Formats: sequence, structure tokens, C-alpha cells
Amino acid sequence: MIKAEHLSKHYESVTAVEDVTFEVGPGEVLGFLGPNGAGKTTTMRMLAGFVTPTAGKASICGHDVVTEPLAAKERLGYLPEGAPSYGEMRVRRFLEFIADLRRLEGSRRRARLDYVIERLQLASVLEQSIETLSKGFRRRVGLAQAIMHDPPVLVLDEPTDGLDPNQKFEVRALINQMARDKIIVISTHILEEVDAVCSRAIIIARGRIVADDTPLKLAARSRYYNAVSLQLERPEQLAAARAALAALPSVADVEVSERDVRLTALPRSGAAILTAVSELASSKGLVLKELHLESGRLDEVFRSITA
Amino acid sequence: MRNVGIILRRELASYFATPLAYVFILIFLVLANAFTFYLGGFYERGQADLEPFFAFHPWLYLFLIPALSMKLWAEERKSGSIELLMTQPVKLWEAVLGKYFAAWLFTALALALTFPIWITVNFLGKPDNGTIVAGYLGSLLLAGGFLAVGSCMSALTRNQVVAFILGVAVCFAFLLAGYPMVVNAFQSWAPQALVGAIASLSFLSHFESISKGVIEARDLLYFAMLIGFFLFTTAVALDLRKAD
Repeated sequence: MIKAEHLSKHYESVTAVEDVTFEVGPGEVLGFLGPNGAGKTTTMRMLAGFVTPTAGKASICGHDVVTEPLAAKERLGYLPEGAPSYGEMRVRRFLEFIADLRRLEGSRRRARLDYVIERLQLASVLEQSIETLSKGFRRRVGLAQAIMHDPPVLVLDEPTDGLDPNQKFEVRALINQMARDKIIVISTHILEEVDAVCSRAIIIARGRIVADDTPLKLAARSRYYNAVSLQLERPEQLAAARAALAALPSVADVEVSERDVRLTALPRSGAAILTAVSELASSKGLVLKELHLESGRLDEVFRSITA
Repeated sequence: MRNVGIILRRELASYFATPLAYVFILIFLVLANAFTFYLGGFYERGQADLEPFFAFHPWLYLFLIPALSMKLWAEERKSGSIELLMTQPVKLWEAVLGKYFAAWLFTALALALTFPIWITVNFLGKPDNGTIVAGYLGSLLLAGGFLAVGSCMSALTRNQVVAFILGVAVCFAFLLAGYPMVVNAFQSWAPQALVGAIASLSFLSHFESISKGVIEARDLLYFAMLIGFFLFTTAVALDLRKAD
């Protein structure tokens, strides 16, 4: 269990984080979203015991990060932003160093080292120094370090930043696999990540929590939720179609994209317009290439509440 | 305590992973011998002792030790690896001690590599080897004092050049505290007790009394307290500023 109660961090005149409260339980993957500079990293650092909160409390599995820092850190795997490490060290030595600090010994030490090396596909770079690695490999070394001691709680600050699509997929698969028996918090500004791995999302802006919900419900706040989008075969029908759609009583607004001959009808709040729109299309003789119901756009919700 | 050893080993290995270790040792040995033979007149004196060798150590350390210590914490903060280290189950003092002792052990190694001069002086005459051992001990303690100052300066900034300049400046002040020019400057107006206190802070007077072969408790205590003070200050500075 991760618990944050009224966490705040002030730097002289700047407020980085203000009154952040949340709880994360087993099996949950919490996505911490927000624009750059919103306070994501500062919050992560307070959970990891690297930054001392100005006010409020945080605990990892019941151990306060300020009063029992060692007990909290033992239960936590943490990937700092940018995955910093010791550049001149070889990957193998670095992982062994972490295993030593995590007090792994004997056969368990060997088993955990083998596991993280295999899991993050580091076998090919074990004898290379970390500073010679690509960004993707460095991030994976950072992740290997975080899961070395098989902690019940993981806090990962931008775990897929700088990875290529294949590596992102791998890391998300790893997170999904670990999600079953761990508590995971990841921070990100990549919205597709939330859909891919998170069971819950907190959006933070200017240091405060502005939304805390499942990704699905957050997307439902979008004005595109239940919108109907249709793509026409013939561009000359665009104007007529637009006028007809706008005349429907349950349609609030119509957006037109001339480039791909697409219309998007936005419903009045709560209204279902799919049937009405499809009936209209057949009665007006519109030739459709595509017709689909939108489930809401997370990026639009994100922009509307953080801007 | 276990973590001190783990961090010490990692740190020491990192010196040898870059040219730093080899360059430092080479320059230390070349300069130490150059000073001894050219400035100290090792042969011309006609005495079988290592006084001209040890006499220049404070001045050699003044520049070499801050060059070694500047990266202790400034580099960790600059690269962000301090965040990795301090979020492992490690106490701050364990990290401070581990890194400090690694640097000290490294200077001890460099100092030990000056052994040919000890062999030479034994070959040429009959020196008092007890005094020579005391000289090495004094030199090692002096290096430890300089390193503690350097560790503290390195914790104050994330810029290694700034850490170096601060280190040289503070070490220089501690060296000169016992010199007549400093003592005289205070003598005219400051109370006698203060002048005495400043003079007794000097690295030089304590180093010289040990390297003459007189190992007194107060000199050992001086270095122990000085090192303790600056390491404690290192930890305080890190605790306040590690995340900046």
C-alpha cells in the first residue's frame, strides 16, 4: 500500500506540490499524468524518500518515508527520472553493486541477477560500460535496478521515455505482468501509456491533483465521448451533410475536417446519437466510407483540465 | 557498516575505470620526487632522513587533493546518480564515509608507492626508521584532513571546478593558519586566546610535530576532530541540497 496524505513541497517562493492525497493498493497500476513541471517528479521523489516533504506524510507498506526511511526503501523499487547511474561502471558490476546494497546473497542473489538480466534483455551488454549504452539500454538497466530485490511496491518515473516502440511494448508487458502482485506507480506524459498499462490515472497540474479516476471514466469526460465520426466518399456532399447533422436536436456541434472528408458530430451531454446519425445518413443518401462511435479522447481531457 | 564497504569498493573501482587514478598517481610521484631532490636538496644535505621529502607534502596536497575530492559529491549531483544511491536502503553517513574512505585509501596507495625513496635512504645511510614511519602517518593524516575539507566543498556544489577552487582556498587557509603572517595579522588586535585558537587550527603545525616523530594524542585528536567535523558538514550539506 502506498499512502500519500496532504503531501506538499515548497521551494522558497515556488510551490512544487500542494496537498496531494492518494492511496494505491495491490493490483493497481496508477498512472501519474501531468504536463512537464506539474510536480510529477517531485511527488515521486517524496515517495522514494529523496525529497523531504514540506508538509504532509507518505508511507510505503505502512512505513513512513521520513521517520522509517530504511524500512520504506527496502520495500520500494524506484526508477529515478532519466534513469541516472554510474556511467563508468560495467552493466554487470553495476547490477552486482545494487544486489549488494539490497542485501541479496548466495543462490537468491544469482537467481535475481539472472532474472533481471533475462527479463530486460541485458545479456548482450553486460560487459559494456553504462555510458556507452544507448538511451534504451540505459533505461532498461535502470528498470533492472528497480526490480532487483523483487519489491512489493514500484515507483517508476517515466519508464518508457526514450525507448523505441518495440522497447516500449516490452516494458509495458513487463509492467502488466508485474501488476498482478505488486503496487505500481508510473509517471508519464505519454497518454497512450495510460491506456496500455494503468488501471487508474491521476492528473496533476501546477502541483495539485485535478482528476483521479479510471482511464475509461476520464476519457468519458471528453466532449468526444459518444461522438459519431463519419468519413464521406464524395467531398461535394460535405456541406450538405454538415448542415443536416447540425440540425439534429441531440447534436451539439459538428466538426469538419476537409483533408480526409470527415465529419464529427458531438452529442449534447448524455445523448446517444449513433442511431439518429446513421438514419440521417441513409435518408440523405450520403455515401459513407466509415462510420464509428468515439469512446472519448484522453488527450483532449488532459488538455482541457491542465491547460 | 556493511554498506560503507560496498560503497567504498564501488568508488575505489571507479577511480581505476578512468585514467584519473593513473594520472593522479603518476603526477604525485613525479612531483613528490622532484620537490625532494631539487627543492629539498636531498643529496646535498648529507643527512639520512626523509625530512625534505615530507616537508613538501602539504604544498603538493594543496592542489592534488582537491583535484581528487572535487568529484566526490559534485559529480553524483550533476549526473543525478545521487538520487539512485540515496533511494537504496543506505544511510547518508554510510555513503559519506564510504566515498571518503575510498578517496583516502586511494591517497594511501599513492603514498605507499613512494617506497623507493625509503629504500634509497636506507641504502645510503642509517636513518631513524621510526621517524620515517611517523612521517608517513603524519602525511596520511594530512591527506585525510584535506580530503575531508574537499568532500565538504564537493557537497556544496554540483560544479566540480567550483568544488576544486573552494577546496584549494579552504585548505590554503587551514595550512597558513599557523604561519607568522596570519598570526601577526591577528596578534595586533585580537585577544590572545583567539590568536592561539587560530594558530592551533593549522594543518601545518600538527603535521610538522607528527612528522618530526612526536606522535602526540592532541595531534591525532586534532585530525580526528577536523575530519569528523568536515564529514558531518558534508552530510548536513547533502541532506539540505541533494535534490537541487
